[in-house]
Amino acid sequence: MSVSQVEAELATPPRVGIGPHLLSVADLGADGIAEVLRVAEAFAEVERRSIPKVPALRGKVVATLFFEESTRTRLSFETAAKRLSADVLSLAVASSAVKKGESLRDTVQTIEALGIDAVVLRHASSGAPEQVARWVERAHVINAGDGWHEHPTQALVDCFTVRQVLAEGAKVDPATLGVSCFEGLRVVIVGDVRHSRVARSEVLAYSALGAEVVLAGPTSLMPANLDGWPVSVAEDLDDVLGSADVVSLLRLQAERGSGSFVPSLREYTAGWGLTRERVARLAAHAIVTHPGPMVRGVEIASDVADLPSVVVTRQVTNGVAVRMAVLFLLLGADSALEGLGSTRG
Amino acid sequence: MAEAAPTLVVRGGSVVEGGTSTRADVVIEDGVVVAVGEGLDVPAGATVLDAGGCLVSSGLVDLHTHLRQPGHEEAETIESGTRAAALGGFSAVMAMPNTDPPIDSAAVAEEVLALGRGCPCEVLVAGAITLGRRGEELAPLRELAALGVRLFTDDGSGVQNGALLRRALEYARGLGVTLAEHCEDAELAAGGAMHDGEWSSRLGLPGIPAAAEEAMLARDLALVRQTGSPMHFLHVSTRGSVALLKAARAEGLPVTAEVTPHHLALTHAAVCGYDPAFKVNPPLRTMEDTEALARALADGTIDAIATDHAPHPPEAKDLPFDEAPPGMLGLETALSVSVQALRGVLGAEEVITRLTTAPAAIARVSIAERPAATAQGGPLVVGAAGHLCVFDPEAAWTVDSIAQASRSRNTPFAGTTLQGRVRHTVHAGIPVVLDAVAQR
Repeated sequence: MSVSQVEAELATPPRVGIGPHLLSVADLGADGIAEVLRVAEAFAEVERRSIPKVPALRGKVVATLFFEESTRTRLSFETAAKRLSADVLSLAVASSAVKKGESLRDTVQTIEALGIDAVVLRHASSGAPEQVARWVERAHVINAGDGWHEHPTQALVDCFTVRQVLAEGAKVDPATLGVSCFEGLRVVIVGDVRHSRVARSEVLAYSALGAEVVLAGPTSLMPANLDGWPVSVAEDLDDVLGSADVVSLLRLQAERGSGSFVPSLREYTAGWGLTRERVARLAAHAIVTHPGPMVRGVEIASDVADLPSVVVTRQVTNGVAVRMAVLFLLLGADSALEGLGSTRG
Repeated sequence: MAEAAPTLVVRGGSVVEGGTSTRADVVIEDGVVVAVGEGLDVPAGATVLDAGGCLVSSGLVDLHTHLRQPGHEEAETIESGTRAAALGGFSAVMAMPNTDPPIDSAAVAEEVLALGRGCPCEVLVAGAITLGRRGEELAPLRELAALGVRLFTDDGSGVQNGALLRRALEYARGLGVTLAEHCEDAELAAGGAMHDGEWSSRLGLPGIPAAAEEAMLARDLALVRQTGSPMHFLHVSTRGSVALLKAARAEGLPVTAEVTPHHLALTHAAVCGYDPAFKVNPPLRTMEDTEALARALADGTIDAIATDHAPHPPEAKDLPFDEAPPGMLGLETALSVSVQALRGVLGAEEVITRLTTAPAAIARVSIAERPAATAQGGPLVVGAAGHLCVFDPEAAWTVDSIAQASRSRNTPFAGTTLQGRVRHTVHAGIPVVLDAVAQR
């Protein structure tokens, strides 16, 4: 795609309206996901420029509000916002009024009073972004991970990355694949689904796009009840690895108490880790994703983690373009039109 | 009955008794019912309350009320809580002992009883089973019983130590009291924020399994069998608990049970928007559970409806779901919500029986335990206490959380239009609520 094509693409009004918030992948649906991937493809192009910056969100203020430790997601959102020329307000919870007993509601209303356009929220409590969305008056709320509930942009990054790899295999432009490439794809999500917000978002995203989703892991790490989930469950990973097109590995979340859900890490790895032996059973085209941070030697063997089919680094790279797309689509293409016009003028 | 009560005539309603109703007026003099019958003459100077189209019953009795005083007056006081109770048609409420300090000593019990005097409904006091509700040592049950305490519970949690509960049941024999349990195995429930099931799995919230309640209930039934002492089960919420209680009753164990209006009316699906107004303990369960609870109330497996009125100030509920405390307001909406939720299963008159006669017997304040003129829960006959609830089954109203008499606003029914409303409440012959407005 040439530079002018990118800008022509961005100047086109969104084909599908999304927003005002991104709280769950369910807010997007298949069409919304397709739109995010389409716009993200254009921004991936921007990233390859010598000055990877567009004035699309000039004058907008994006606040990142992280109540839980995170490096990659926070940096990814902040980088994305800066590449769109938005101003970034980064609230460090450790040094804020939150430590003095200020409630989440008051914190959010205070930063909204500073005139921000979007809040990117990471919180240990499931549902916190949905509550915040009820408390704000005009700011857009973007869920950057809430408790065990959802991490929508991570699932979007994973879909984007999978499509990119599929496009390379087929030697075509990812944009030409649309989202039809997900139909019938077999995605196996492995591990601690119970405590995983990435898994909940991936299930919604992949199944919305027509993929077949299989959950694999010890029952103690599965959600208590899967009624209404568009998934099947494999009690033995080795039964489903051979037919997998995508394997999504999850981290064993010891900090959420999942340590007591399995007898030992050793036993977990023996049953559910992606070992060298198991990798040998994967189809040649199979793609392995991991939302990071990886724990080598537990959910993935160290030398397996470095195989080309494991696309963890690519996921991180793509995170910026996908989050640019989300910010751009939520914060309005209208102002972007003017911004892009002025660079060309 | 310190105030000189005027003669009162409640005219044009139907008096509820034994699950049915009959057209009758009621005359109250000096706080006591002096006549019940159709077309009674109005004595000169009497106050007349219109009850046309209404069900007139003895005042309601709540077995399970958190009045929060002493210690959490920001959430509720005995004054505000009893005003809420009067608006809900109650003439007696059982104050739960999880105050700060808890009601585990004569001094605190006496304070609560003293604060309750002169309020628009009678305040009964439940005592803690263990000191500080810590589940380690017995509270002074005998001393508290001597002050009139008839129900003991560590409500808020169950007594986790089975050996201690066994001793409490044995010690309580002969005191004329009943122990009541909040059945919840602390380990099974640890960290849970809602019912462990389809919705908790989808919402990513830690769950409280039905087994947390049922495991402790099963243990407690074994202890009742062992000791022969009576036991009351608070806010039963699962169909598994219903099955256990049914078997216990068939066996003849001396057990009673209550269910809350919210467990009859709402399910765990209400949590879908993460509104902490729907966070309660035990948690809202499944549709199958609500249906089993309604059937159990109809067939007598569950005796009574009790509110578990649990006020929390807005700042405590305006938190992320897993950080907010559990609890819902219940007094002002109890009868309306129950009648509505049980439509097709129990008529309004039958619902009223489960909010009058049944809880009064469990609280040991009924005609069997007290002189007629001070007994709670009816029957509404000549000589009975002048406590009345006048309920208009046709009146529709919309719940306004801010307009509630409670100091808190955490009703799960805010904005809901309910059919049926308490129109008047009379306490000891004095109209304390007229046309749904508190008189003091």
